[in-house]
Amino acid sequence: MTGYVIRRVVWGIALLIIVCALTFLLFRIIPTGNPAVLRAGRDPQPQLIKEIERVLGLDKSLPTQFWDYIKGVFLHFNFGYSYYSQQSVLSLIRERLPATLSLTLGAAVVWMVAGLSIGIISALKRRTFWDRASMGTALVLISAPEFWLGLLALLLFSNDIGKLHLFPGAGSYVGLTADPLKWFTSLIMPWCVLAAGSAAVFARLMRGSMIETMDEDYIRTARAKGLPERRVIRQGVRSSINPIVTLLALEVGVLLGGAVLIEYVFNIPGVGLLAYHSIVQSDFEVIQGTVLLASMFIIIANIAADIGYAYLDPRVRYS
Amino acid sequence: MAEALLRVEDLRVEFPSEDGVVHAVDGITYQVQQGKTLGIVGESGSGKTVSSLTTLGLTRRQGARISGRIMFGGRDLVSLPEGELRSIRGNEIAMIFQDPLSSLHPLYKVGRQLIEALQAHKDISRSAARSRAVELLGLVGIPDPQRRVDEYPHEFSGGMRQRAMIAMALANDPKLLIADEPTTALDVTVQAQILALMERLQQELGMAIVIITHDLGVVAEVADDIAVMYAGRIVETASADAVFSSPEHPYTWGLLKSIPRLEASRSEMLVPIPGTPPSLIRPPSGCHFHPRCAYAQPDHARIDPALEPVPDDPSHFVACLLEPEERRRLWAELKAGRIPEQALADVSAEGSS
Amino acid sequence: MSDPELQIAPGPGERAGEEPLVEARDLVKHFPITRGVFLQRKVGAVKAVDGVSFAVRRGETLGIVGETGCGKSTTARLVMRLLESTSGQLTFDGQDITKVKGAPLKAIRRDVQMIFQDPYSSLNPRKTIGSIISEPFAIHGLLTEKDERRKAVQELMETVGLNPEHYNRYPHEFSGGQRQRIGVARALALKPKLLIADEPVSALDVSIQAQVLNLLRDLQRKFGLTLIFIAHDLSVVRHMCDRVAVMYLGRIVEIGSGDALYAFPRHPYTGALLSAVPVADPSRHGGKRRLLTGDVPSPANPPKACRFHTRCPKAQDLCSIEDPPLEDKGTGVLTACHFPLTREEVAEMGLATVTQSTPAG
Ligand SMILES: Nc1ncnc2c1ncn2[C@@H]1O[C@H](COP(=O)(O)OP(=O)(O)OP(=O)(O)O)[C@@H](O)[C@H]1O
Ligand SMILES: Nc1ncnc2c1ncn2[C@@H]1O[C@H](COP(=O)(O)OP(=O)(O)O)[C@@H](O)[C@H]1O
Ligand code: SF4
Ligand SMILES: [Mg+2]
Ligand SMILES: [Mg+2]
Repeated sequence: MTGYVIRRVVWGIALLIIVCALTFLLFRIIPTGNPAVLRAGRDPQPQLIKEIERVLGLDKSLPTQFWDYIKGVFLHFNFGYSYYSQQSVLSLIRERLPATLSLTLGAAVVWMVAGLSIGIISALKRRTFWDRASMGTALVLISAPEFWLGLLALLLFSNDIGKLHLFPGAGSYVGLTADPLKWFTSLIMPWCVLAAGSAAVFARLMRGSMIETMDEDYIRTARAKGLPERRVIRQGVRSSINPIVTLLALEVGVLLGGAVLIEYVFNIPGVGLLAYHSIVQSDFEVIQGTVLLASMFIIIANIAADIGYAYLDPRVRYS
Repeated sequence: MAEALLRVEDLRVEFPSEDGVVHAVDGITYQVQQGKTLGIVGESGSGKTVSSLTTLGLTRRQGARISGRIMFGGRDLVSLPEGELRSIRGNEIAMIFQDPLSSLHPLYKVGRQLIEALQAHKDISRSAARSRAVELLGLVGIPDPQRRVDEYPHEFSGGMRQRAMIAMALANDPKLLIADEPTTALDVTVQAQILALMERLQQELGMAIVIITHDLGVVAEVADDIAVMYAGRIVETASADAVFSSPEHPYTWGLLKSIPRLEASRSEMLVPIPGTPPSLIRPPSGCHFHPRCAYAQPDHARIDPALEPVPDDPSHFVACLLEPEERRRLWAELKAGRIPEQALADVSAEGSS
Repeated sequence: MSDPELQIAPGPGERAGEEPLVEARDLVKHFPITRGVFLQRKVGAVKAVDGVSFAVRRGETLGIVGETGCGKSTTARLVMRLLESTSGQLTFDGQDITKVKGAPLKAIRRDVQMIFQDPYSSLNPRKTIGSIISEPFAIHGLLTEKDERRKAVQELMETVGLNPEHYNRYPHEFSGGQRQRIGVARALALKPKLLIADEPVSALDVSIQAQVLNLLRDLQRKFGLTLIFIAHDLSVVRHMCDRVAVMYLGRIVEIGSGDALYAFPRHPYTGALLSAVPVADPSRHGGKRRLLTGDVPSPANPPKACRFHTRCPKAQDLCSIEDPPLEDKGTGVLTACHFPLTREEVAEMGLATVTQSTPAG
């Protein structure tokens, strides 16, 4: 098992380098505009552009640029600097990470709790009104774009432009330490909107998995032993969750992608918003920093899911 | 005769389905005596499993329509409320199943599953339950139970898994053990071990056993009485000796004559039962067996034969419309190896149905 | 290793000196056990078949019995050349086929056909019976004329007791027994020299089994088929086979004529198997059961020398030191055992087979 984890981590790092190379190439090959030109201001002198290019290192060959970058990241933990604010990418991200973590972790909780419990209840109440209604809603949520859902939520429930003045609107985010209550209320809508799609996917998966398990022989055995129905269901849930865990990591990617949009819609000053602005501004090193961060999360989630799966299933654990 | 431990009377179980109502069990009556073994034989789909699951009330939640009576300890299990039935399940009546691997929860240790069974019916501490679990595993012949109790089912061999299932069934000293094809998934050598174990436990603990199987050899080994099921009905029931020495029903003959026997000479012909088991959605009219019966008369498709005692053995029941003398004569011929022409007439016609 | 097959005297109805259709010598098949996801390291091997020698004569049926996992199916797949053997030699129809490839292999695939256990999953549900049975013609480019092919298929259907008019029906419209007939018809299409049936009736209902067994026996008589018949049911094997091989953990422990072997098993494992078979006759429960204890050891790590010594009631020190050769112990049956069962011991077990058949040898 330890050997396996080590191999996975090594692979993860290799994957990060590959991701680095790909984004590096992508944003330099597709014509998004020369950052030096963008920085030089209105009507720049060619001289000035050359000078900026030299300072930013853009005049060196692509491989050299890439090598410098990788060296910085892995040896000095230096992710470069924003072309615009001159701030280091690391400090930019560090500044904005709490907001993003608040958003994504909270959404993950909503996603898991809502998704799994709705799935379980639907499976147990198969073919009832509740089952049909919740699975129908789930189908709508899966296909609805988050962006649109977010706007709809604001128009319906925000206390500024909404029909019902229930929750704080866009731009109302404050840090957890500054005002815990406001932090919580301002995030309710973003959490739900961000979690909706994943929760819907998981509700459907869990329902399917649970229906399958409840037909298993060992569930029949549990009943034949005279266990109370509550305990029987618990046995069913225990094995239904297993196959879902492997899909967890996949959804983490979806969640992070969604976070960019949600931060934009709700104007939350997180890493997603940073990524959005840096893409608009061709701020290469910031883009790379955020992409790298997101990839790291996804890779860690994958490793965690695999280990979790092995932990949950003794048949895998021992082989 | 003493009061029977379990008395099933005219039990019917039907499942409404999209294609129509499945008459899985179509009015069966049988008894199980205290400390004795009843073998229920029949091919797959004849309603063996459904009838035993119904005894434990486990078909209720599958949407079954159940009628008739299942008398156990003065109570009718068909009408007993779920809560009371639950306190009988795994306690006074225990059940084991065909596939021991899929019947054990794959993610829980064997010990935990045993402890659960104990705690479902007894107020017993975890540590006491655990030492009882070890004791039970030892009782069913699992070597090194101290260690095995902490293993998962996939670490057990097929035979040991079935032993663990039996240990679980015995947890609360049941009066009745229902074993649904307990050895069908096992090799002969392991089957012999499990059957010997069940016999030993019956002698030590005095419980009654209902053993369900399609293997006549298995019932011959362990059963005191036998009930032969066909298409949701019992067509013959008697003591094991009587069923093997003087079977009365053509279906029982078919079963006896269609399996190769170790002791038979190689040149002995197998007499297959032509055709295939019927659909239980639209079972044949009259005697359910008539479309496959070599001795059917035209009116057997109209008249429902009742399960009635044979003339000189009041404990031997058969549901067949043939005259008793005629049946005796036909069996005597079959037994002597002379296969009546009717029995072979239809064999090759099977493909053209 | 001695060559066991040379010691078999020709049985009744066999011409002396005729070469066997199939001959396996010291066949070995090890499946590697690997660890690691990216760089696979071999950490051991499942010794599925580990030195098996036998011969099948033309027109005879050889049965292979043994508990699950003892290597019956692997042996069959080796003979079919569906698996590459690790070592050993395989002769078919006088030709060494151990390593053949390409066209000669295709010819062998034509001459050796197989009937599978599961009549449900071995037939393509989207094809008609006609096209399933004519598949072998298509594969080998035979009977390209449509009418000819249809006629041949319908003849085959008749042979196996299917209604030829059902040519255009789909597998799901047939019962288990009928599907198994379809499998038999497909296997017979190319008039194979050897038919291998791997548990052909295990998945069928008791009342249906006899239909398929009778069919196979009829075909055997009618066409003089050579058959390798694999089953775990000893009664079925006895009924179907002229000669029987008993396998344990990848080895043949006993092989010989069915009559002799069942009447007087010499190998303690054969004895244990036979005594474990439940007898459908409550009045015959006299004998003392020889119940084996414990489980079959893992084929990845089989016991040394005689593989049965860990569970054998007769085992002595020699059994764990020296591998017993497969040789005649005086009954015409080849037995791999240092301390074969005696008549008294077999009598004590009260085997159902002993009293009625006349012991051979
Ligand atoms: N492709 C494979 N890879 C690894 N191991 C295999 C493979 N095929 C078979 N084995 C192993 O080889 C051994 C013999 O298998 P085989 O299928 O020949 O047994 P068998 O006698 O046919 O058993 P059964 O009665 O269950 O069909 C078993 O331990 C099996 O797990
Ligand atoms: N839950 C169910 N719904 C509908 N039909 C069922 C159900 N359970 C069993 N049956 C049907 O009842 C019949 C008897 O089944 P079963 O008792 O399992 O047979 P056996 O145990 O004798 O093989 C079969 O035709 C089966 O398809
Ligand atoms: S009643 Fe008729 S059809 Fe039914 S078993 Fe008896 S002889 Fe056969
Ligand atoms: Mg059943
Ligand atoms: Mg096999």
